[in-house]
Amino acid sequence: MRVLVAIKRVPITGGRIVLTEDSRAIDTRHLGFTMSPHEECGVEEAVRIIEAGGGDSVVITLGPPEALEQLRDAMALGIDRAIHLQTDGLEWDAEATASTLLDAIRAEEAASGRFDIIFFGNESADSGGFQVGARVAHALGRPCVTGLKRVVIEGSSVRCEQEVEGGRDVYIVPLPAVLTVKEGLNLPRYPSVPGKMRARNKPVAVTTPARPAPRLELVSLSVPAGQGRRAESLGSGAAAAPAVVELLRKAGVL
Amino acid sequence: MNTVVLTEPGDASRQMVTLARKFGEPLHAVPMNAVEPFAPDALAAILQGVADELNASAVLAAGTERGNEVMARLAARSGLPFAANCVAVTPGSPVTLTRLRWGGSLLEEARLHSARPLITVAPHTVPVEAGTEPVDVDVKRFVDGLDERDLAVRVSDHVAPGSGGVSLTTAKVIVSGGRGVGSKEGFAIIEELAGLLGAAVGCSRAVTSAGWRPHSDQVGQTGTKVAPEVYIACGISGATQHMAGLKGAKRIVAINSDPQAPLMLNADYTVAGDLKEILPAISAEIRNGR
Repeated sequence: MRVLVAIKRVPITGGRIVLTEDSRAIDTRHLGFTMSPHEECGVEEAVRIIEAGGGDSVVITLGPPEALEQLRDAMALGIDRAIHLQTDGLEWDAEATASTLLDAIRAEEAASGRFDIIFFGNESADSGGFQVGARVAHALGRPCVTGLKRVVIEGSSVRCEQEVEGGRDVYIVPLPAVLTVKEGLNLPRYPSVPGKMRARNKPVAVTTPARPAPRLELVSLSVPAGQGRRAESLGSGAAAAPAVVELLRKAGVL
Repeated sequence: MNTVVLTEPGDASRQMVTLARKFGEPLHAVPMNAVEPFAPDALAAILQGVADELNASAVLAAGTERGNEVMARLAARSGLPFAANCVAVTPGSPVTLTRLRWGGSLLEEARLHSARPLITVAPHTVPVEAGTEPVDVDVKRFVDGLDERDLAVRVSDHVAPGSGGVSLTTAKVIVSGGRGVGSKEGFAIIEELAGLLGAAVGCSRAVTSAGWRPHSDQVGQTGTKVAPEVYIACGISGATQHMAGLKGAKRIVAINSDPQAPLMLNADYTVAGDLKEILPAISAEIRNGR
């Protein structure tokens, strides 16, 4: 089995988002970074599939030089090697992202063989475009199932469970397939110290694709006005309990 | 001018229709259940066929999971850009629009350069306005013309949700715990209060990442979005990831030892102090009142 996982480096935003002076990006000077949460589960699933059935796994990202950190994180969890499509930090729209990932996937498959499964996050945490996986799948002519909370390989096909209101819908598609996953698919492991050591020496192939003009073009960002909640203190400690109960009565839930 | 809309039952679809009228009427509707069981590539193929035949000025859908999924596939097969979860649009060349990022924690102003804009409308962001309703397209011809490949991905079975417990999406009250709860066992006092209130138990992402609670309990951007009458947040700092799931909550009560925690500043009511003392006191007060 060959498995590819696509990930994206995103800031850990914490409690309040602060924008840069030109309002075109988040001010990340004081923030840490992570891979987008859904994709973390994609990495874990890929590692589990290879552990169970053998094969090899690759992680790919389109991102700035610093995204090497997230590629190493994925390799620390057990992914074998990485492909880094390096940008100068400017954001790429979803269409351009899909098209450059596609070129890289085609080149990788021509050199080392077809991927049985390509994992994407259902949507990125930051730009939330909901489309890169579907675009890559269509171009490759492979089935795509989205929003998955469970993935089970059954011989030459894969059983996919998609969370919907009132349970889960099941899809069974033949491999090779493109699967977009959601957090909750699994509980990603913590990287071990030996895993982190090994990740340092795993290969990373770097290329620097040219950024096409975006057709969905970001102009500016803004923080939406608050919802007008005005915190009223009900007191402190156990002494506040009667006030909380009174509130629950007034709200009609007790 | 013809505009094509992918419709489904519910408010999100009516809100989308309100925005879709801006692209020109009449509106032609392809219902989400045009192909049953659900087959997203087939719906995308039908939308493409209908839009081509009518020379549609735009195609819109609600920003539901299915709406975004089908529109992404339509974008892929048409080779067009797609803007998901918009809250405002102004037609033109380019279209100017506002869309949600970070699960609604940020707004993005953008320009969409496309001969046929593909847009989904974020649920619960646009008020419904009265107007001419869309007319269902006679889809039979398009369904009959579907290629076998467009039916390769389709729902073949359904698994019922796990039994037991109150569902987060429909709960009137949610008692939710964060890192401040301290441990898996620490949730006993949260479950006790939830039991007394007939409430669902929720939690923050920090809690599921630590393995204290299952992901199905997680409220937030990558968990469940909730809309209870009362949301009681215990020991939750209030990262944007969590707040993105609370926009529908009517009243938020925050219990936290740190009065400067973002959730304490963005709640309706606050109780400062140790949740290990406060929660048992609330449970005792409820029992005493019975």
